[in-house]
Amino acid sequence: MAAKPRNLSLSQRGLNFEMLMWLFTRLSALAMYAFILFGMIGALYMGARTQMNFADIMRWAFMPNVVHVQDTKVINFDLWATPFWKVISSGLLLIAVAHGVHGLVVIADDYLAGPRARQIVRIISILFMLAMILIGGYVLWSS
Amino acid sequence: MGLKRNVSLATALRYKGQGPMLTYILHRISGLGMAIFITIHILASFAGGRGGVFVNSIYENWLFQIFIFFCVMFHAINGMRITIQDLWPKAIKYEREAIWVEWVIFLPLYAISVLVIVRTAMGG
Repeated sequence: MAAKPRNLSLSQRGLNFEMLMWLFTRLSALAMYAFILFGMIGALYMGARTQMNFADIMRWAFMPNVVHVQDTKVINFDLWATPFWKVISSGLLLIAVAHGVHGLVVIADDYLAGPRARQIVRIISILFMLAMILIGGYVLWSS
Repeated sequence: MGLKRNVSLATALRYKGQGPMLTYILHRISGLGMAIFITIHILASFAGGRGGVFVNSIYENWLFQIFIFFCVMFHAINGMRITIQDLWPKAIKYEREAIWVEWVIFLPLYAISVLVIVRTAMGG
């Protein structure tokens, strides 16, 4: 891929929304790695006293919210149900939903090539994304 | 938007894409799997009640966990390879080697995970 000369405008060099979403997909993947590692460290720290097993640590890491470890052997939820972890889990939810919905749009684009169909897919995806963020956010913050 | 496809499903299935094609297909299946099942999981947690508890009890079944963990783990490790290759384009030259490395990382990690899931299901 030859680099375009720098005297062209950014949009002529290929900067558009799809390109930014392509970049966002990569960067959000790295961000999710960071979130999950952070959740694992948190679970190792908070679960050490109750000798939490590895499966429950991963359970917490994939969604560091107190509802996700309700059924485990954790006895005292004081450390786990703090606003700090609610913010962290909301961040993971936002990034995961955006990454996932964009992935669904990419898959749909492979089968729907017409401009009208693609526009409908985008409208549905935005509504779906907002709905999942609101519903997921409610589940996280109402616990 | 002059996109047109004249490839039948049978031809597509016979396409010999080897390693990169396999990871592409698995990345797509695992991504779809996560999108569908995590959506249902969030909706079930939101709905609660008898239906929500029933759906979430399926998610806690060890057979389902083996499936969803494949999705998560493969998507994460393959996604890391894609991220590294796309952010450092010089690495694309070694895509096939990277895919071998990816399997070397994925298979033992997934085997350990399945072992942990089965042992936990049997009462740890």
